[in-house]
Amino acid sequence: MIGLEHYLTVAGALFVIGIFGLFLNRKNVIILLMSIELMLLAVNINLVAFSWHLGDLTGQVFTLFVLTVAAAEAAIGLAILVCFFRNRGSISVEDVNVMKG
Amino acid sequence: MVAADLQILLPEIVLSVYAMIALLAGVYTVKDRAAPMLVWATAALMALLAFWIATGPSGTEAAFDGAFVSDGFARFSKVVILLAAAAVLLISQDYMARRDILRFEYPILVGLAVVGMMVMVSAGDLIVLYMGLELQSLALYVVATLRRDSVRSTEAGLKYFILGALSSGLLLYGASLTYGYAGTTLFTGIVAAAEDGVSLGLLFGLVFLITGFAFKVSAAPFHMWTPDVYEGAPTPVTAFLATAPKMAAMALFARVVHDAFGGVVGDWQQIVAFLSVVSMFLGAIAAIGQRNIKRLMAYSSIAHMGFALMGLAAGTAFGVQAMLVYMAIYVTMNVGTFAFILSMERDGKPVTEIDALQMYSTREPLKALAMLILMFSLAGVPPLVGFFGKLYVLRAAYEGGLAWLAVAGVIASVIGAFYYLRIVYFMYFGEEREAVETRMPPVVWGALMASAGIMLFGVVNLFGIEPLAAAAAATLVD
Repeated sequence: MIGLEHYLTVAGALFVIGIFGLFLNRKNVIILLMSIELMLLAVNINLVAFSWHLGDLTGQVFTLFVLTVAAAEAAIGLAILVCFFRNRGSISVEDVNVMKG
Repeated sequence: MVAADLQILLPEIVLSVYAMIALLAGVYTVKDRAAPMLVWATAALMALLAFWIATGPSGTEAAFDGAFVSDGFARFSKVVILLAAAAVLLISQDYMARRDILRFEYPILVGLAVVGMMVMVSAGDLIVLYMGLELQSLALYVVATLRRDSVRSTEAGLKYFILGALSSGLLLYGASLTYGYAGTTLFTGIVAAAEDGVSLGLLFGLVFLITGFAFKVSAAPFHMWTPDVYEGAPTPVTAFLATAPKMAAMALFARVVHDAFGGVVGDWQQIVAFLSVVSMFLGAIAAIGQRNIKRLMAYSSIAHMGFALMGLAAGTAFGVQAMLVYMAIYVTMNVGTFAFILSMERDGKPVTEIDALQMYSTREPLKALAMLILMFSLAGVPPLVGFFGKLYVLRAAYEGGLAWLAVAGVIASVIGAFYYLRIVYFMYFGEEREAVETRMPPVVWGALMASAGIMLFGVVNLFGIEPLAAAAAATLVD
């Protein structure tokens, strides 16, 4: 029987993979966007699992909102990335370094 | 029933409908030529809404079963946010027009970000909180990238976007855990679920939520985006980032820890106190080596957020009052300081080097004096208003049983005074260098002088902000 803990474990693992993807990746900014998306989807698994466990629909409504916002966020992220690429000619993470920090 | 709910949301609805109409009108008519008019219209509408909210009905009203709360705390924050955004719009117009980046989207995006902030500070539910926060953040990512043809501005936007999205993810993970272990997303439900101590799951949710907020208020150790974004973004956008969103994020922070976790003060107090002390010291020490005034203001804002968090860490109504007073003063000081930074230029090119201010006082004694007052006030030198802001939070921390935090605050404030005073030293006793010009249109000049004037004359009674903040804090902390 697959219970709440299994879902939470999967979601937690995906979330951590997402965070590590953000910090360890040195190659491509697109991978950063994918990592962010992975984090948000891990949250969605969490929400749906809780919603099912509690027998309460709020979590699923929350999931729909998160999905919508994630789509808008990805659109804006890609737009900013295109602008950056036009100026810098590269989308390597190592080239995001004009300013120190 | 819905009509009564919508009535409570009317200011937000008016601003968002205005933004959408203005966007359509701008796209289908004269585009960027409408920008100056839109800047004035948006600023006027914001000032009008601030007046409307300030004079509107007092008392606590809840819409949509408590998902959206309009209480004294929300109204106080909204008035500060709206006035700050209006002031920043007005002082940025001339700068942007001369640098050819005054696009008509700018006032509209600022308006939408302000709608997001107004929703944030009124949130009574995790979903509303998230939607407001994202509306604000998405608009801010775009305005940070406003100068599309500059590597710096797009890089700032990219960094802001990635770290902002990371913080939203952390916050959301916290929200999902809170929902799961409290069984509801309503703050009133969460506070009831946490009545007899928080469960481990709820505690994890709280920690993730606080981490997300710490990113948004740029509290150390989650501050790393701030200096780069402040430096890279166009200066008017930096001015905006340093004022209204800070107030909104801080108010949201206070709202969640008090409304949703008000029963378990001991559980979040240590975390907030830790964030506060790290931010104060990091902001004070890291700013010393900065040569760029925008980066310096970024570290200055980190330090100031540390002081505001000190009020929150006290966990009392007086602490929230101190935080509100501190944030209102901070926003006022920053509007004036950025009015000055916006006007710094040489041969028509913006200058952000602190060295350029050497012996500035001999050329422009009045502006140098205004800047001196603002710098002293930012540093917290008595008898200026900035000192009283610090005094309030220190007192709140001391009375809240965090005497060590208050002592740390005093030490950090002394360290931090160094770099503000260095700017003053350059202006009055530096050596003659290549001069910086500060051409100010009347609006910018007025903002600088008004801000400095408030810092000077506000010492009498802080313009009566103190009882207002006390009433606002009382509605949040029972």
